Amino acid sequence: MKIAISATGKEMDSILDRRFGRCAYFLIYDTETKEVEAIRNNGAIASGGAGIAAASQVMEKNVEVVLTGNLGPNAFELLEKGEVKAYSCEAVLVSQAIEMFNQNELTLIAAAGSAHHGM
Amino acid sequence: MNIAILSGKGGTGKTTIATNLAMMMDISYVDCDVEEPNGFIFLEPEITSKKEVQIGYPVIDSQSCTLCGECTRVCQFQAIAKAGKEMVVFPKMCHDCGACELACPVGAISFRKRTVGKLEYGMAKNLSCSRGILNVGELMAVSTIRQLLKNLPQKEHFIDCPPGTSCNVVTALKYADAAILVTEPSEFGFHDLLMAEKLVRLFKLPYGVVINKDDEKNNMVKVYCQENAVPLFGTVPYGKEAASLYSNGKMLGESELFKNYFQNIACKIKEAFAW
Repeated sequence: MKIAISATGKEMDSILDRRFGRCAYFLIYDTETKEVEAIRNNGAIASGGAGIAAASQVMEKNVEVVLTGNLGPNAFELLEKGEVKAYSCEAVLVSQAIEMFNQNELTLIAAAGSAHHGM
Repeated sequence: MNIAILSGKGGTGKTTIATNLAMMMDISYVDCDVEEPNGFIFLEPEITSKKEVQIGYPVIDSQSCTLCGECTRVCQFQAIAKAGKEMVVFPKMCHDCGACELACPVGAISFRKRTVGKLEYGMAKNLSCSRGILNVGELMAVSTIRQLLKNLPQKEHFIDCPPGTSCNVVTALKYADAAILVTEPSEFGFHDLLMAEKLVRLFKLPYGVVINKDDEKNNMVKVYCQENAVPLFGTVPYGKEAASLYSNGKMLGESELFKNYFQNIACKIKEAFAW
């Protein structure tokens, strides 16, 4: 299973960015192979529709889980329809966020936050 | 003759200058600041007609759609996205360009219309007034401005522009023949005046400057206008009375104190733009 984590940098010890649409990078972590791939978030520089661009991008990578802070209404709708589960996490290290997810310490994001929150 | 009134910085007094000059010169007032149109608060026109602003958005026929994703690749505005075995349309993001319909290899996309705002037309005494209003939560200000301006009758109009120098202002300037740059003698006001000036130069429009909230000193805006041969159409002084009239929704031109200032500006504009 692949997990996408919104992050401020490209490394496992980068800090989780609680903004989904406007984070700089997504780290794609494969729970089976333990491999990590960093992709630049297209949403970070989009003039509008950042959440849609970001959600599309992680779904193209076939992720099943997203770890972030909050989701805006568009990103929430898209991930829900794509059957991707998103969990809310504090701004901890990416490696810690994955560990917390594995320990079932994160809560599922059940509703969208406000629009344009990460601007 | 369409005279655009813009400023760069918000809150310098575009609407104050536009409404007062419109009333004084008997030139129709057009409020293009569709995200927060406030000119009618001062002019209080009686609304005589209304028109809905409609814009298209794509509808995807799920029976014929093959989920190829070509539409999402051509869309520049994230209005269509693929989520698993479903295409999701975000109508609010759509600029109604039609690229997705052209790109779809199986003809699964058609366009429908939806309402994003309205246009209002009315009379304030003998002055004709119009404005666009974008519905709350909508993003397509440009479509609303365009529909307001493309149907203007052939005569003189003051176009009260949105703040800034973004797409919304650019759209309004496409319909302008001349421009008045309203500023205030503050660092912010001056900085954004230069941005607004760059924009009107790009459109090769004749223009001049009005200083609102003027400190009646030889301030940076006056020095700039002198050194660069930019016409200064006039000033409106800073003072408590202006603030008091404004906050009560009154026209500054109604006060004897301000009437002369607006008359002077009106004279200069007529000389400069000579229509």
